[in-house]
Amino acid sequence: MKILVCISKTPDTTAKIAFADNNTKFAADGVQWIINPYDEWYALVRAIELKEADAATAIHLVTVGLADTDPIIRKALALGGDEAIRINADSHDSYYIASQIASIAKEGNYDLVFTGKETIDYNGSSIGGMVAELLDLPYVSLATKFTLEGTNAIIIREIEGGEETCKVQLPVVVSCQKGMAEQRIPNMKGIMGARSKPLKVVEPAAMDTFTSIASFDLPPAKAGVKLVSADNPEELVRLLHEEAKVI
Amino acid sequence: MSVLIFLDQADNNIKKSSFEAAGYGAAIAKQIGVAAEAIVLGTVNDDLTTLGQYGVTKVHTVKNDALNNVDAQVFTKIIADAATAIGATVIVFSNNFNGKAIAPRLSVRLKAGLVSGAVALPDTTSGFIVKKNVFSGKAFANVSINTAIKIISLNPNSFSVATTSAMAEVIEFATTITDAKVKVTSTDKVVGEVPLSEAEIVVSGGRGLKGPENWGLVTELAKLLGATTACSRPVADIGWRPHHEHVGQTGLAIAPNLYFAIGISGAIQHLAGVNRSKTIVVINKDSEAPFFKAADYGIVGDAFEVMPKIIDAVKKMKGIS
Ligand SMILES: Cc1cc2nc3c(=O)[nH]c(=O)nc-3n(C[C@H](O)[C@H](O)[C@H](O)COP(=O)(O)OP(=O)(O)OC[C@H]3O[C@@H](n4cnc5c(N)ncnc54)[C@H](O)[C@@H]3O)c2cc1C
Repeated sequence: MKILVCISKTPDTTAKIAFADNNTKFAADGVQWIINPYDEWYALVRAIELKEADAATAIHLVTVGLADTDPIIRKALALGGDEAIRINADSHDSYYIASQIASIAKEGNYDLVFTGKETIDYNGSSIGGMVAELLDLPYVSLATKFTLEGTNAIIIREIEGGEETCKVQLPVVVSCQKGMAEQRIPNMKGIMGARSKPLKVVEPAAMDTFTSIASFDLPPAKAGVKLVSADNPEELVRLLHEEAKVI
Repeated sequence: MSVLIFLDQADNNIKKSSFEAAGYGAAIAKQIGVAAEAIVLGTVNDDLTTLGQYGVTKVHTVKNDALNNVDAQVFTKIIADAATAIGATVIVFSNNFNGKAIAPRLSVRLKAGLVSGAVALPDTTSGFIVKKNVFSGKAFANVSINTAIKIISLNPNSFSVATTSAMAEVIEFATTITDAKVKVTSTDKVVGEVPLSEAEIVVSGGRGLKGPENWGLVTELAKLLGATTACSRPVADIGWRPHHEHVGQTGLAIAPNLYFAIGISGAIQHLAGVNRSKTIVVINKDSEAPFFKAADYGIVGDAFEVMPKIIDAVKKMKGIS
């Protein structure tokens, strides 16, 4: 059984969010990049666990990004991917990215495609669903548990106010979130081994884009906190009731 | 031409986030001078004519129990058929669990650009530009949709709807239902509580509360305010509270009217999930806690002393003694 894990690079969670070129571009100077936490902690680690349990034979990684994505992909290989494909393109359009991934997925005949629930920068939560539609495969979104039973996947996913257990015949596309697996730290052996694992760079196929980012804005600054004395919590309740009118 | 709004149901009732989507879709329809129509799949108990109050003129239904569980493939096919049948140029979803499952598939199916997580009406003065949340609530992107059909999924709690007394016409939409490849074998729901993603008031606790035995301070206030409870990530990780309560960058992102944070430091990753809340209250014994910078109201004090007094004051306000 072969698994394809989609990996995206995102700014570190503590990165300062600012924009350049007349607010049309993310100001990437000095920003530390990480593997998108959902892709790493949940999608990739669950794939590694399946391979460790001999349920999967190979884990391939795919990313859409330029050469500056290579350190992120090497880290994912150090954690436990077998080989990686980088599609040499830079895009913020979900349809374009999904189309590139789908063409790789089609060629590789994967039994399972894992994505993270969303990226923490563009928060689209769209790639998994789009890839599934492009491949005409079922899609289980926001999965918190994933196990295999023969050629069926048993998946628990989050729904409004609870969760749902479902069963689906492979191949399937799954978006992963908390609960799937626990974060791991790459070890020395993994880091050394990652250097010699194949990282194939392919040029993007000609695909449409549906959207483009016109500009960015930052939210207006908060007016500042109104502090109430710890001796007078009744005043807080009064303010919430009469001023903020939220209780 | 029209705007088509997908109305989501849970347990045979239309969800609150779908009424928001209805109001939002109707406002877009008015802006571009077309009709607002909606589609409901599965069997619902609501009187669908009341959707007229939100500006919807027609509600298309496919009453079939097979559609009470959402299968993204099955739903995509039906919504695409309906969109084509009524000539929809804009399709609106709520950016909730089901919206996230269906909207991306529909985008591919209809070759329609998707903006997920919209927070305002589109700017249609030149082109079609939608403001959405990016960088986990720390910024907005204005995204231009460049395709003939546009799909928008609206973030819950980001659009306030005005209602009228109009009534909608309800019509059965004739379609074929394909077999779901994903079989739901069981569901497990927290009953009687408003789901965190839809809650208007959220009371949340952090590691400052020292242990699960002290959570009565959170749950009692929540109960008095009709609020849903949440927690910081370490609290869920240590197992003091269930995982589904974890809010933040790697948990659920929420935007309630009131977020009440007790003993939470306000780390940047926590704020990423709650910074869209309309009013934030922070109770923390450390005046330097970063959360105070993001708060509207705060008390610097020991939660174990302050919270019982707050609970008493709320009881007094509500006339409970
Ligand atoms: C990649 C990444 C992703 C993350 N994602 C998330 C996420 O999604 N959500 C999240 O919450 N965290 C997340 N974190 C963790 C985050 O950085 C913080 O560690 C976490 O939010 C801290 O939780 P806390 O505020 O409950 O605990 P602490 O940081 O320990 O803070 C406890 C607070 O309680 C106060 N306190 C102590 N005693 C009292 C008392 N008696 N009365 C009143 N106040 C008291 C203290 O002054 C302190 O401010 C993430 C971290 C990383 C690196």
